[in-house]
Amino acid sequence: MSKNVLVYVEFADDKPSKAGLQALGAGCRLARQLGGEAIALIAGADVAGHAAGLGAFGASKVQVAQGEQFRVYSQDGLSRLLAQQADAVQAVAVLTSATPAGKDFMARAAASRKCGLASDCTNLEVEGGKIVATRPVFAGKALVKVAAPGTLWATLRPNVFAVETAGFTAGIEPVSVTFGVGDLRAVVREIVAGAKGKLDVAEAEIIVSGGRGLKDPAGEGKQNWDNLEKLAATIGAAVGASRAVVDAGWRPHGDQVGQTGKTVSPKLYIACAISGAIQHLAGMSGSKVIVAINKDETAPIFKIADYGIVGNVEDVVPALTAAFAEALKA
Amino acid sequence: MEIIVCIRRAPTTDARIKPAADGKNYDPAGINFDISEYDKFALEAGIELKEKHGGKATVLSLGPSAVSKELRTAIAMGCDAASLLVSDGNHDSWAVASALAAKIKTMPHDLLLFGWNSVDSQSSATGQMVAELLGLACVSVAVALEVKDGVAHVERLASGGNRERVVVKLPAVITCQKGLNKPRQPNMKGLMNAKKTVIDESPANAPADGVTVLRMDPPPPRPAGKIVGKGPEAAKALVGLLRNEAKVI
Ligand SMILES: Cc1cc2nc3c(=O)[nH]c(=O)nc-3n(C[C@H](O)[C@H](O)[C@H](O)COP(=O)(O)OP(=O)(O)OC[C@H]3O[C@@H](n4cnc5c(N)ncnc54)[C@H](O)[C@@H]3O)c2cc1C
Ligand SMILES: Nc1ncnc2c1ncn2[C@@H]1O[C@H](COP(=O)(O)O)[C@@H](O)[C@H]1O
Repeated sequence: MSKNVLVYVEFADDKPSKAGLQALGAGCRLARQLGGEAIALIAGADVAGHAAGLGAFGASKVQVAQGEQFRVYSQDGLSRLLAQQADAVQAVAVLTSATPAGKDFMARAAASRKCGLASDCTNLEVEGGKIVATRPVFAGKALVKVAAPGTLWATLRPNVFAVETAGFTAGIEPVSVTFGVGDLRAVVREIVAGAKGKLDVAEAEIIVSGGRGLKDPAGEGKQNWDNLEKLAATIGAAVGASRAVVDAGWRPHGDQVGQTGKTVSPKLYIACAISGAIQHLAGMSGSKVIVAINKDETAPIFKIADYGIVGNVEDVVPALTAAFAEALKA
Repeated sequence: MEIIVCIRRAPTTDARIKPAADGKNYDPAGINFDISEYDKFALEAGIELKEKHGGKATVLSLGPSAVSKELRTAIAMGCDAASLLVSDGNHDSWAVASALAAKIKTMPHDLLLFGWNSVDSQSSATGQMVAELLGLACVSVAVALEVKDGVAHVERLASGGNRERVVVKLPAVITCQKGLNKPRQPNMKGLMNAKKTVIDESPANAPADGVTVLRMDPPPPRPAGKIVGKGPEAAKALVGLLRNEAKVI
C-alpha cells in the first residue's frame, strides 16, 4: 500500500475553514511519519482559486473537484468523491474535520469501501508502522485507541490538531467525476443561514458557558445573560450552555455542552453558574483550561476546574469582563 | 408506509465508565441501560408517521438478549413489531451497520430511522453506513420531518449553524436529532401490548470490525485546581493566572 494521506479540506464562508486546515495539518504530520505524501482535496462550485494557497499549510498536492454538483453540500456527492479519490491515490488514511458535514459524508464514504470510521479523533500516531487513532467515547468519560486493518477513515475534532506551518509549492490536479447534480438524491431546497458570525461551540477556541444559576433571560436573568454575552465578545468566545438552560428554552439546543449536546475541547472553558453534573463534565472535561464561577464552593464543577471563583455571577462576570478588557488592552 | 426504527441499548448518561479488565471495553458492573438518547426521537417520529399515514413501525436492534427490555419499551410507546439481532460482542459501527443492513434487506421498508449519534460509541455513522450498504439516500441530523406522497421533507442541522431544507424520495434513511419531537411515555394499553409481543430473534452475523479497539483508558486525570478567591475582587487575579500561568489569553 502507498503511504499517501488524503485530506478533504472543508470550506466555510468561501474559504478553507480553520477546522479544515487543522485536519490538513494533522494529515501532513501523519504523512511525514509514514514517509508518504499529504494530498489535499477540495470541492465546490468555485474553489480552484484557493488550491495553490493550501501549499502554505503543508499540502504537497491539491486535488480540485470543481463543479455545480458541489455547490451545495451533499452526502451523496462528497462520499462518492472521497471514495473515488481514496482509490485513486491509494490512500492509507483518509481524513477530514469532525464538523457536521464531515461526520455526515465520511461514514458513507468509508462504508462504500467496506471500511469502518474512527469518528471525532483527538490524536493520530504511528506505532510500529500502523496508524493508531485516539477517540473519546461516552463524551470523554473514556478514550479508546483504534486501528484499521486497511485504510483508516477518520474525522478529526476541531481545535485539537495544529495548523501546519512548513509550506510547499503545491502541485494542482483537477479531478473529474462521473456524476452530476441530477445524481444527488437528497436535494437541498433551501438553506436557512445560521446567525451570521455566530461562533459554534464545537469549533470555538474559548467557550463561556451559562447554567441554570443565570436565571431566565426573559425575566430576572436578562442582565446576567447580557453580561455573559459581553464577556464572550470581549475574549472572542462562543456562548455555551448546560442542558438545564436548553431544556428551559433559554438557549438553542446547538449551544448545549455535554454527553447529549456537544463534546468540546477549547483552550479555555469558563463555566458560569453550572453545577457540574456528570453529563456536563463528560462534554467539556477535555478542555485545556477550565474556569468555574459558582456561589456554592462544594459544587462538583470545582473538582475539575483549574481555577475557580466562589461568588455570585451577577457581580463576578462583569468584573471578569473588565479585567479581561484591561489585560487585552495592555 | 413500512417504517423501521433502529435503536441501540446504551449505558444511561449518569453512568461512570471504567475500562474492564480486558482493557478494551467498559466494565458493565453496576451500569444501568436505556435506549440511547437520540433513538427516542427516531421512535417517536416513526410512531407519529405510522399513526398519520398508516402502515407499520418495526423496531430493530443488535445486541444481547437483554435488549428485549428496550424493544418492549418501544412496543409500549407504539411500535407494532420488534426484531433483535442477538450478539454479546462489542462491534464497531461498520459491523453493526452490516448486520442491520443484511436484516433490513429481508424486510419491507419505506423509511429507516436512526439516532444521529449514540451516547456511548458516538460514531454518528451507523445510519449513513446502512444507507450506503442498501443503496439508499440518507439525510442526517433531522430536526423536522414530514412525509407527503412518498417524499420526505426534512430540515437538518448543517455545518456553520445553517439549517437545510432537504427533500428526498422514499425509501430513505433519516437520522434524528433532539428538537424533532417530544418522545411519548408508554401508556397502559401499550405496556399490556408490550408484554405479549413476541420478539423476532435471530443471530446477528456481524462481520469483523472496520476499526478495531486496541485499548480503552480513562481520560488523563486533571491536576488539582485552585480557588483563586471569592467574589468580584478575585477577577483580576484570575485573569493574571490565565495570562501568565496557563498562558491561554
Ligand atoms: C439523559 C440525560 C442527558 C443529559 N445530558 C446533559 C448534557 O448533555 N449537558 C448538560 O449540561 N446536562 C445534561 N444533563 C442534565 C444534568 O444532569 C444536569 O441536570 C444539568 O447539567 C444541570 O444544569 P446546571 O448546572 O445549569 O443547573 P444546576 O444543576 O441547577 O446548577 C446551577 C448551579 O448554579 C449555581 N448558582 C445558582 N445561582 C448562582 C449565582 N447567582 N451565582 C453563581 N452561581 C450560582 C448553583 O450553586 C448550582 O451549582 C442530562 C441529564 C439526563 C438525564
Ligand atoms: N446495536 C445497534 N442496534 C440498532 N441500531 C443501532 C445500534 N448501534 C447504533 N444504532 C443506530 O445507529 C445510530 C448511530 O449510532 P452511532 O453510529 O454509534 O453513533 C444510533 O442512534 C442507532 O439508531
